[in-house]
Amino acid sequence: MADFRFSEIDQQILAKVVEVGNSTQAHTRYYEDHEHETPPARLDGERGFEEVFPLFGQRKPDDTPLMTFMMAVSIARGSARGVVRGLGLAMPMGKASGLGNAALQSAGTPEQKAKWGDLFLAMSITEPNVGSDTKAIQATAYLDGDEWVINGDKIFVTDGVKCDGAIVWATIDKSAGRAGIKSFLVLKGAPGFELVRQEKKLGIRASDTAAYSFRDCRVPRDALLGGDETVPKEGGSAGYKGVMKTFNMTRPAVASGGVSKARGALDFATEALAKEGVEVDWSKSFNQRSAVEQKLIEMEADTEAAALTVLRAAWLSDKRRPNNLESSVCKAKGGEVCRTIPQGAMEVLGGMSVSHDHLVEKYLRDGRISDIYEGTGQIQRLIIAREILGYSSEELT
Amino acid sequence: MIDFDLTEEQAMIRESLQGFAAEVLAPQARAVDEAGAIPDEVIQQGWALGLIAAAIPEAYGGGGGERSCMTNAVILEALGGGCASQGAAIMAPGQFVNALIDFGTEEQKAEHLPRFTGSEPVFASLALQESQFGFAAEALRTTARRSGNGWVLDGEKRLVPFGDRAEHFLVLAGDAEGASAFVVPRDAKGLTVTPESGSMGLKPLPQAKVTLESVELPGSARLGGDAGIDAQKLLNQARIGACAMAVGLSRQATDFAIPYAKERVAFGEPIGKKQSIAFMLADMHIECESMRWMVWKAASLLEHDDPGAAKACVLAQDYVRRKSIKIADDALQIFGGHGFIRDLPLEMWLRNARTLTVLDGPVSV
Repeated sequence: MADFRFSEIDQQILAKVVEVGNSTQAHTRYYEDHEHETPPARLDGERGFEEVFPLFGQRKPDDTPLMTFMMAVSIARGSARGVVRGLGLAMPMGKASGLGNAALQSAGTPEQKAKWGDLFLAMSITEPNVGSDTKAIQATAYLDGDEWVINGDKIFVTDGVKCDGAIVWATIDKSAGRAGIKSFLVLKGAPGFELVRQEKKLGIRASDTAAYSFRDCRVPRDALLGGDETVPKEGGSAGYKGVMKTFNMTRPAVASGGVSKARGALDFATEALAKEGVEVDWSKSFNQRSAVEQKLIEMEADTEAAALTVLRAAWLSDKRRPNNLESSVCKAKGGEVCRTIPQGAMEVLGGMSVSHDHLVEKYLRDGRISDIYEGTGQIQRLIIAREILGYSSEELT
Repeated sequence: MIDFDLTEEQAMIRESLQGFAAEVLAPQARAVDEAGAIPDEVIQQGWALGLIAAAIPEAYGGGGGERSCMTNAVILEALGGGCASQGAAIMAPGQFVNALIDFGTEEQKAEHLPRFTGSEPVFASLALQESQFGFAAEALRTTARRSGNGWVLDGEKRLVPFGDRAEHFLVLAGDAEGASAFVVPRDAKGLTVTPESGSMGLKPLPQAKVTLESVELPGSARLGGDAGIDAQKLLNQARIGACAMAVGLSRQATDFAIPYAKERVAFGEPIGKKQSIAFMLADMHIECESMRWMVWKAASLLEHDDPGAAKACVLAQDYVRRKSIKIADDALQIFGGHGFIRDLPLEMWLRNARTLTVLDGPVSV
């Protein structure tokens, strides 16, 4: 039965997440200004998410399916000022885990998982000249005796500074297109592997972003993730498709991050304006509202719509149903509201919203990335258009 | 618990009505619109589907089904995806019937509901809209004042669906307590019905002006008796009803534009292969999805009398108001000049989308 309500216990969990998240507010500006410092696992005065976990035990099997609920938790963190710490450390749940760990778990051999499973691994795909068009990757790898030799430059490596190593994409056969692309596990300290710099960013500053160079970098033969050294003749390799498939799981998560920033900015604006005597009267008809009320309603509606598309994509995943199209839909919506809502919130708040006294400007800066990483809004629209028009990636570029 | 699945029954209704909309309503939509009148056959066919009587309790001879806003949203979306005008004509009496079920006293239910359970269509309409621009339901100009044990109504109601043949009107009027609804028989003294001049959208739906001049009614005419009604809820049911139809219409326009974009060649390739068109279609798809969940959520919360329902309705209406008109408009744009010509349904959909998103009704969930 179609239902859009959370159970009593789920509402309690969502409220607790917000409460706990708020405990990190005092540190907000410090890590904004000291972006090269890695925050400790627990900040001074920070309440832990272990306060939330016991509540999870009270969830019943017929509560909202887990991934759907986790997306709701993620969205609620926009209300939690805790999101101000940025990514990476915002929600420490057990040991650190990077995007590369997910790749290792989905594509690695049992031996590779056993060998490297405890390390913190970043994901290194993007190059100075290659972003969304990942099959055009220029970094190369060739086998020399029992070692792979990697050459190329990589940028935008999330957690690239604090990680133990990275899963690096390189082609072993440029003429084969995406079929030639393989993933290699490269540990810090490998000869020829250099951490070139840490980027300075608009937002999400507590999450480090690195640039790498590989100059005749040598790694052992078993560093090829999955171990398959062949290049399939026709079509994409299973490995490449596998990576694309993981986007169906990760896109709702990234979209929820975008919605959470929208939610945070909107909640901030709503509360702040209420203190100034400006509040939406939900019983008023359209033409009885002030311009500011209408703007708040539009922002709330846009945020809600985006949140529902995220829950929809996650819910399909929970039900083990295909969600390829829906994960792109939610990513497009999450990416849209992370831009428009913080911008609109500042607009209705006026001049003081730019001040570092308040968090609202931070939502704009932190949120902006959500329409870029994990596939820009334009890439999502391309995927959606291909799907609904029945065009291949060659037919609609 | 968050759940996007319909019940088995709702899924069946949806499937069968989508078939009805595609096979019966859509093919004749243009002809019906040009003629400016709903064929009696459609009304008869629609009535035979049993949608109006489904939720009338068995005690009054109805289907005894659950009174479900969510089910109605599904019905209206499906019918709206065939032809909004014909769909509205089929479902308009539901505004009266559902209000009676939700707010009527036992006496009122017993008096009115059994009439709607027969095999012949029966008409009764919600009379909501008024003449003034910027009409707002919280500032009604139609008034109801106490007179002895009864009521006296004055005012003018506009764009009343089936005003030409409705046996009863449910008139929304302002009284001392706010907004109330009154069941007014067609033959009440002081009530006159005159046809409207026509309207841009839902053109074939018969609409009339209902003028009330010192219309005297017994005390029992006030819906809900002393308790009255939850006018906000009544209005929100109408708003979300129109929104559900607009969602169906948006999907229909999007699905119509997609094959055309693949067919129409410009500069040596289908226009669908150009990102300017492909991205428009992608956005149309994105917003069709988003709108549907907004409407479903509002309908579902309304059904459960959830405290968040009023807010969800405002949000859904605001969202559908902005997005459905854009989709209908963009679909027309994709067809270029052909979209402007009345041979194709694009211009009709634009007119209907604009109409559904400014009227509060003429259907309810």
